[in-house]
Amino acid sequence: MTRRIVIGLYLLMLALPIYWLINMSFKDNVEITSALTFWPHRPTIEHYVHIFQDPAWYGGFLNSLSYVFLNTVISVVIALPAAYAFSRYRFLGDKHLFFWLLSNLMAPPAVYAMPFFNLYSAVGLFDTVWAVALAHCLFNVPLAVWILEGFMSGVPREIDETAALDGYSFPRFFFRIFVPLIANGIGVAAFFCFMFSWVEQLLATTLTTVNAKPFVAVMTRTYSAAGMDWGLLAAAGVLTMIPGAIVIWFVRNNIAKGFALGRV
Amino acid sequence: MNDKPISNRAWFLVVPVMVFVLFSSLIPMMTVVNYSVQDSMGQNSFFWNGSEWFRHLFDPTTDIGGRFSRALVRNLVFSGVVLLIEIPLGILVALCIPKRGWAVGAVLVSMTLPMLIPWNVVGTIWQVFARADIGLLGAALTGAGIPFNNTQDPLSAWSTIVVMDVWHWTSMVALLCYAGLKAIPDAFYQAARIDGAGRWSVFRNIELPKLRRVLIIAVLLRFMESFMIYTEPAVVTGGGPGEATSFLSLDLVKIALGQVDLGNAAALSLVYNLITLTLCWIFFTTMTQLDARGSA
Repeated sequence: MTRRIVIGLYLLMLALPIYWLINMSFKDNVEITSALTFWPHRPTIEHYVHIFQDPAWYGGFLNSLSYVFLNTVISVVIALPAAYAFSRYRFLGDKHLFFWLLSNLMAPPAVYAMPFFNLYSAVGLFDTVWAVALAHCLFNVPLAVWILEGFMSGVPREIDETAALDGYSFPRFFFRIFVPLIANGIGVAAFFCFMFSWVEQLLATTLTTVNAKPFVAVMTRTYSAAGMDWGLLAAAGVLTMIPGAIVIWFVRNNIAKGFALGRV
Repeated sequence: MNDKPISNRAWFLVVPVMVFVLFSSLIPMMTVVNYSVQDSMGQNSFFWNGSEWFRHLFDPTTDIGGRFSRALVRNLVFSGVVLLIEIPLGILVALCIPKRGWAVGAVLVSMTLPMLIPWNVVGTIWQVFARADIGLLGAALTGAGIPFNNTQDPLSAWSTIVVMDVWHWTSMVALLCYAGLKAIPDAFYQAARIDGAGRWSVFRNIELPKLRRVLIIAVLLRFMESFMIYTEPAVVTGGGPGEATSFLSLDLVKIALGQVDLGNAAALSLVYNLITLTLCWIFFTTMTQLDARGSA
């Protein structure tokens, strides 16, 4: 019983600020600023309509989704062989290399904001979704390697050896047998790449100006306009939660193991 | 761990990752190193400046040095406070997650939701929520007679940011601990029941030792993440009031992108990065040692 109360209170604490945002997104700006109301007395969807009609808004949403998608695909694809190498072999400098990869995971994005700006301007990728997708690889590739290595180490090596004896070539073994075995791990790694690319804002806004502006950057426009358009801001905030909520549903059974980075 | 075959051909599998990380980490880092030892007269003409920027940074009497040391202290205090709240709370929540049934999935999904909200939206949510005029929390506190204003009063600003971080990240600690708890075989609990162990002694003697590994991951991930915090305080307080909540990342972005003071920004970047790198190294060695002990 106590357990239910504790978890109930915790979930309530998590839900309150979100409820307030959703509540606010359905109010008009007069109601928001005039009085505190616990549900919209004059419910309106004008803010949502505004977002879906303004190309700057929904364009931003599409930009965000495209760099997140590109980043997730790139990170998982290049992390797969590396994770296999780390989980199956010892090689010259493996420990140092692994540590060096992890250190990128821990590097503050603020440190990279300025050099990335220079780098991506120099190679002509500035203000494209590719710049953001590649920049997020900085922390997502090491993360994907780390998670996948954990899941791969859980697969007994006898499977590799048996497959080799049965005459499977390495690529055929890898894609036909090994990848299906660690499908959960790939799902979890992709989920984490999605998550960290979707929530990151500093690099995404530094590397874009007009064409590839992410949704979170478009949101800052509501600050500058005459006064604060609270309702619009709230509606935009609510929309940013939806992709995460959808993705989470797919990995719900592996979430706990995923957070332990496949290491429990 | 140590029975893995040695094969240097495995390097070929690592090459793609190497190329990517070289491009997105080493090249940018070299630019920073370059800036940190040079000064500019404008028009892209740079000259050698030696260790001047670093000397400024470590001298608390200079403007930049003072800002750096105050921001560093702030960062450490913040990480400490956040860990002290989130780790015990996370363990408690993990112990209370339902064991079976549909409720497990529902609880896990709703717990994870705050972590999937873009960081500046998290900032926005709390900015709105804590406002005395239109926010539930701010209005409730003011209504209860507690003076609360996170744009004027440093204490309010700090508590808002700490509560926001607890709201945002406690679930991660809880999920890690939950994963650790699930790995405990039922036989352990049965044995405890036969021995007549109470709830506390089950926790103390069975659950806590099994959680040690995930707790190390949790503590270090939370430490790193809170040490790098940027977006949420940038939105909620913008580092203010005054410089009360101006953490290292906020200062760095202000210097690098706001004032385009490349030399100071680069020196600060390198030192900041070295601090996190040192902590990361401690993390990594602790983990690998535990791995070794676990498999021995």
